[in-house]
Amino acid sequence: MNVKQLSVFLENKEGKLKSAVDAISSKGINIRALSIADSSKYGILRLIVSDNEKAIKALEERKFVVKETDVIVVGVKDEPNGLNSVLEVLEEANVNVEYLYAFVSTQVDEAIVVMKIENCKDVVPILREKNIKLLSKEDIDAI
Amino acid sequence: MIWNEEAECMSREDKEELQLALFQKQVKTVYEKVPFYKKKFDDAGFHPDDLKTLNDVKKIPFTTKDDLRSAYPFGLFAVPEDEIIELHSTSGTTGTPVVSGYTRHDIDVWGECTGRAIWMAGGTKDSIIQNSYGYGLFTGGPGIDHGAKTTGAMVLPMSSGNTARQMKMMMDLKCDILTCTPSYALYIAESLEKAGYSPEDIPLKAGIFGAEMWTEEMRKEIETKLGLKSHNIYGLTEMMGPGVAAECDEQNGLHIQDDHFYAEIIDPDTLENLPEGETGELVLTTLTKEGMPIIRFRTKDITSLNYDSCPCGRTTIRMNRITGRSDDKLKVKGVLVFPSQIESAILQVDGVTANYLIHITRPKILDEIEVKIEISPETFSDEMRNLETLQRELEAKIHSAIGIKVDVSLVEPESLPRSEGKAVRVIDDRNLDK
Repeated sequence: MNVKQLSVFLENKEGKLKSAVDAISSKGINIRALSIADSSKYGILRLIVSDNEKAIKALEERKFVVKETDVIVVGVKDEPNGLNSVLEVLEEANVNVEYLYAFVSTQVDEAIVVMKIENCKDVVPILREKNIKLLSKEDIDAI
Repeated sequence: MIWNEEAECMSREDKEELQLALFQKQVKTVYEKVPFYKKKFDDAGFHPDDLKTLNDVKKIPFTTKDDLRSAYPFGLFAVPEDEIIELHSTSGTTGTPVVSGYTRHDIDVWGECTGRAIWMAGGTKDSIIQNSYGYGLFTGGPGIDHGAKTTGAMVLPMSSGNTARQMKMMMDLKCDILTCTPSYALYIAESLEKAGYSPEDIPLKAGIFGAEMWTEEMRKEIETKLGLKSHNIYGLTEMMGPGVAAECDEQNGLHIQDDHFYAEIIDPDTLENLPEGETGELVLTTLTKEGMPIIRFRTKDITSLNYDSCPCGRTTIRMNRITGRSDDKLKVKGVLVFPSQIESAILQVDGVTANYLIHITRPKILDEIEVKIEISPETFSDEMRNLETLQRELEAKIHSAIGIKVDVSLVEPESLPRSEGKAVRVIDDRNLDK
């Protein structure tokens, strides 16, 4: 139940983010979720989009470096302790979260969390066992 | 005060007559004693007898740094090794260093030249010279040392570094002349300031600074902070070391010791001699050196010459401040750096391509190098810490290759400027020609 996220290298310069987003949206590709990690000189733009293949092509045409990364996307209850309950499961299983970011769902009581975890495959069964809602590509497309 | 009025204030006519005689003797010597020069002259169809006037000098082939490297270590010595009493060497950061050998006479000449520089800076027998140029294979420290001993000024052989001790000795001994690189002079100045000293407390009256490029702006800053008059000095190991040329109180060009060195300016592209006053590459010949005479050495340093006599009374020709290098060599923090060194260092890191740009700035006093390196699909990681590790690894590799700390910036692919398909490797924003 892994989802492929796109990661794009961005220099911390005026217009860079716009150029990347523009490359994608001009091809009619929808950005589902987005997050930026940054240092003083550069950043990593992380995206969940409707069509990876097209998006990669569009970004590479504009000379961006793009990578596909496996991430886990989970739906958590939009209430106190919602995210914590997921993290608890991961902590118990000694799983390290490299980074995560969240976005809102069309369902009022749910938030969606994207997590980068080492060895995604091993983690999926653990989350399943604890009844954590894992979202597939199709689920995300439906949002 | 003028150390050697006879030599330094000689009329141009007499000087040129002397230069021709010395030049003729020198080419004859190297033709007979140094197989390298015999071959070089023969190949170029030049014979020592062809040098009839100074105008004929342009017929003599140039000597390049590569020539000197190929002769490493003693291939260009014109005397038996037992006559050599001192050796110095360039750092050899690019591979083969250049070794320079000096006979007793050569050391005397060196002391004479740096002695003249010390006198130009107002030195006297009563002076205490704080010599903070490095002592060792580097010619800076020993060069000044020889000059102090020749003239009878007192020399404190501090060498560079240990600034706390530099300050203590300067204050305790009341040193009146400081000799070091301009960037180190500024560093000492700022350290003194931090320690609570004002310029009036500092006993220094003059400074003799060189061995790296510096600006008028930097001169003003040093002079204000240390309360002294500063004098630019020029030299190179291949010729001798510091003292080839130095500034008098006029601070309007460096007097070349032209009874020992013959200076020309050429166009580095056409290799033709340029008319008086025009800017080009400095070419130097050692007129009196015995150990390792060098004929028409292409210094790669960009400057111009002024043949007018100076208000100080000296008639020796003056060269202007060096404003650049005719090839891509970079002198950063006083160290010679080649883009190729940086290139081979970064290519040691897996996946890194040769798309880089060296950006040199001098935000305040010290040079800074930023190396921009284009990220590639191989080196890009989705995780920030991997990119940071990559950046640190590149910085470490470059540091160990050139001996200077640099800042690595990862940039987007194909974001670095390219001209006519060839990448621009170096941008030097130091404004050294002010």
